[in-house]
Amino acid sequence: MSTVSEPVSLSAPRGADAGLTPKQLADKYGLAVSGARPGLFAYSKQLWARRHFIWAFATARLVAQYTNAKLGQLWQVVTPLLNCAVFYLVFGVILSSKQGFPDNTYIAWLCIGVFVFQFTQNAVQSGTRAISDNLGLIRALHFPRASLPIAFTVIQLQQLLISMVVLVVTVLAAGITPGRTWLLIIPALLLQTLFNTGISLVMARIGSRTSDISQLIPFVMRAWMFLSGVMFSIQDKITHWPDYIQTLMAANPASVYMDLLRHAFAPVIYNPHQPVHQELPAHLWEYGIAWGIGMFVIGYVFFWKAEEEYGRG
Amino acid sequence: MADTDLSTTDTVQDADVAREPTVVVDDVHIVYKVHGAGSGKGSATSALSRIISRKRAAGVREVHAVKGISFTAYKGEAIGLIGSNGSGKSTMLAAIAGLLPTEKGGIYTNGQPSLLGVNAALMNELTGERNVILGCLAMGMTPAQVKARYQDIVDFSGINDKGDFISLPMRTYSSGMGARLRFSIAAAKTHDVLLIDEALATGDQAFQQRSKRRIDELRKSAGTVFLVSHDNNSIREVCERTIWIEAGELVMDGPTEEVVSRYERGERP
Repeated sequence: MSTVSEPVSLSAPRGADAGLTPKQLADKYGLAVSGARPGLFAYSKQLWARRHFIWAFATARLVAQYTNAKLGQLWQVVTPLLNCAVFYLVFGVILSSKQGFPDNTYIAWLCIGVFVFQFTQNAVQSGTRAISDNLGLIRALHFPRASLPIAFTVIQLQQLLISMVVLVVTVLAAGITPGRTWLLIIPALLLQTLFNTGISLVMARIGSRTSDISQLIPFVMRAWMFLSGVMFSIQDKITHWPDYIQTLMAANPASVYMDLLRHAFAPVIYNPHQPVHQELPAHLWEYGIAWGIGMFVIGYVFFWKAEEEYGRG
Repeated sequence: MADTDLSTTDTVQDADVAREPTVVVDDVHIVYKVHGAGSGKGSATSALSRIISRKRAAGVREVHAVKGISFTAYKGEAIGLIGSNGSGKSTMLAAIAGLLPTEKGGIYTNGQPSLLGVNAALMNELTGERNVILGCLAMGMTPAQVKARYQDIVDFSGINDKGDFISLPMRTYSSGMGARLRFSIAAAKTHDVLLIDEALATGDQAFQQRSKRRIDELRKSAGTVFLVSHDNNSIREVCERTIWIEAGELVMDGPTEEVVSRYERGERP
């Protein structure tokens, strides 16, 4: 043991590589900086390769959500129903917002709003926690981190589709007959899903650095909900306000997707030939498409920009 | 036990052949920023005054965990990292995995190193079965590959030896069972560089033997394995090269027998 204090270095390069500095050696063999962020295109390719993971993760999480509840998966239907009941009691019965709605359609109008807004609300909330709640997974395995916020949006979408069953029953019970506009439900939901994915990616990056944000989110979301007109028609309340505020309110993405889906589900509420009807804001589809695609692109690039930082420190 | 490894070290000593590097660590410094250090900094008034004066939080303290370490690891090597608690071994490993930013210097790797630590919990509320499937999918396997490997992974982990535990949520597992399953999942794929942090210490005797064989296989399939452990015997059995780190500095880098015996005697070169 005591023969050599400076043994043949196991670390130094040998043969043809002898004398190279570590950096030169790394360059020669094409080694990359550990944990470096891939290019946007390579990243998208990696993400696409993980599509099965995203789907399996979302499904597993959705199932696990209610494992501790006795009623289990039934809560997925009961929770939205209870929500609607509370809103109907407060806004429909006590505050009587249902004036100005043909027949008994207020309940359908309200339920669509509640479910659609909750879809975006949940996307924001789970997006904020997507990184910070899954640090164990992030630190253990290597995968494109955008998989997580996207998987959480898929969970919300699966939940929404369950709520949709409740919704269809409510709409039919309110005496609205299905029409051709029901076909518009699909593109409207797709656009909203795109928008939600984008906003969830943005929130995931913010939430991964600033944990304080999760304390603030409930207040922001509540303010957004009241400003979007979930339980009353915001368009009808601000008709005497300046034009630019009306334009601004009409472009609010939450209102846009709510109105798109309300119009698709129950066009009778917006029918100008009815004695009482709701105003349908103009340019609804244009706004919906712009918000969906725009938010998704912004969110995706914004999230990717910090890819190498998630789970660090 | 140790004599099987000595034969392999002789062949590596050939001084004229250029070897292919897999991990190059070039004068790396790592500094942790610890939030909430110091007293009273979390109170509401101090937080408010910090926001108003726009000062960077005074409670942030810097810990210089790794101070200028350099080494190069080559294809087919198994390298042990030893040192006392808090010497910076695990920090070094996390940095190689790309999970910690370096303050100065660079770490270059062949492919994406995979870190396997005892603390790396997967999804506790999901069943072991789901964890296996999700873990494999996250590592980039196709569903068909997962199906083909699934039984091997479960058998390897030995989770089902004492009854049907794989269909229970992972939170019901003992810490040893959890660590075994995690190791089995991560080892199911061949990694260019595999980093193992104390994972071998948790399993029982039979599992330790199995995982040593698996590490050998991974090495032969042209990978590099790093092992952090306080169990010098497992370092002796698995690694032919050992790096001794103390207080964030490299003390010694050489053949395992030489480094470990010096470490045990507490003789710094």
